[in-house]
Amino acid sequence: MTAVFTDPGEAVAGIADGSTVLIGGFGMAGMPVQLIDALIRQGATGLTVVSNNAGNGDTGLAALLSAGRVRKMICSFPRQSDSWVFDGLYRAGKIELEVVPQGTLAERMRAAGAGIGAFYCPTGVGTPLAEGKETRTIDGRDHVLEYPIKGDVALIAAHAGDRMGNLVYRKTARNFGPVMATAATLTIAQVHHVVETGELDPEAVVTPCIYVDRILDLNAKEATP
Amino acid sequence: MGRDELAALVARDIPPGSFVNLGIGQPTTVADHLPAGSGVVLHTENGMLGMGPAAHGDEIDPDLTNAGKMPVTELPGASYFHHADSFAMMRGGHLDVCVLGAFQVSGRGDLANWHTGAPDAIPAVGGAMDLATGAKQVFVMMTLFAKDGTPKLVPECTYPLTGLACVSRVYTDLAVFHIDPGGVTVVETYGTSAAELASRLEVAVRTLDREP
Repeated sequence: MTAVFTDPGEAVAGIADGSTVLIGGFGMAGMPVQLIDALIRQGATGLTVVSNNAGNGDTGLAALLSAGRVRKMICSFPRQSDSWVFDGLYRAGKIELEVVPQGTLAERMRAAGAGIGAFYCPTGVGTPLAEGKETRTIDGRDHVLEYPIKGDVALIAAHAGDRMGNLVYRKTARNFGPVMATAATLTIAQVHHVVETGELDPEAVVTPCIYVDRILDLNAKEATP
Repeated sequence: MGRDELAALVARDIPPGSFVNLGIGQPTTVADHLPAGSGVVLHTENGMLGMGPAAHGDEIDPDLTNAGKMPVTELPGASYFHHADSFAMMRGGHLDVCVLGAFQVSGRGDLANWHTGAPDAIPAVGGAMDLATGAKQVFVMMTLFAKDGTPKLVPECTYPLTGLACVSRVYTDLAVFHIDPGGVTVVETYGTSAAELASRLEVAVRTLDREP
């Protein structure tokens, strides 16, 4: 049963120190900024964060990094023009980094959500990112064995949700949300507004409610005087 | 040849109706040279087919960006999908062409374009390896020589690799090369000759028979 919250603090309650946290977004599109801010206030530390980038500017994931809560980043593209927070931590040796090809990052989480034990993937063969990994030639082509990435928690942003937890997204802000929703023990989605059950077209639902544990209704918060 | 002319040259060689991913940076400018009615559908790996030109003014929507995180527009017939699907269509061989930049390309078509390997460099790969491995054809756009004068088309890449034997065409300011299992062929030259290029490159290059 999905719980709907209007208070960000309640939505992130119980996240433990040392958790692996999957954080949606590609740059700022689809980044669950309100949930991340709530996680900073909640105080969990020693986190492993899985996200495509390693923070932009000073808000969202960058603020979580800046607060010193992240022990390790697993991402595809940490180095950006506005990733000064991560860059500083990395150069100071204060954060561990695992770089994963973007599609492999998504597929490793998909595998976790789909109950796949591991998979052979052609991406990265012969490159430094395949070093130390088991390889196998399948149908004449070399593949690298990749293992799932499972989250204790997923923090994602969707456009709208219903009270059962079904989610729809908007444009390219969808990015990692649907995959991360499947790959975590506890999935928390922030949405711009919550609609009554039955109001979302079932044909248009992207993330079915079975994957969603908590929803943060941003509209309700904004509407409170 | 200038960067704009090079982008036009790549656009000319993209078959009509192709599904194409244009890498961040210079490859993105190829879109500006695709002829109207080409039927080329642009894929952006953050989760869209049917990507339109850059968004300006009121068109800017923070929920609609390209792989470089710049605001873009959608064209009629566009579709959105999540990241695992976006890379499945790439890895699964459904993408006809991708155009990427490069530090180095080897005579076998090995690509190095994600990491200089410098000790103080922060490694960041993004979708480069997925594109190099997954697209049916990988075109590279680069200058033929680095700023220090060393060739970027080389017998063996010295930078960390992105993909093995994946590049089929290299578009440079001085020449266009095709790479296949037989080696490197100079297809066109600009302001130089195949013979002169052959003398400046360490990698063996063949010329097309039709070239004098």
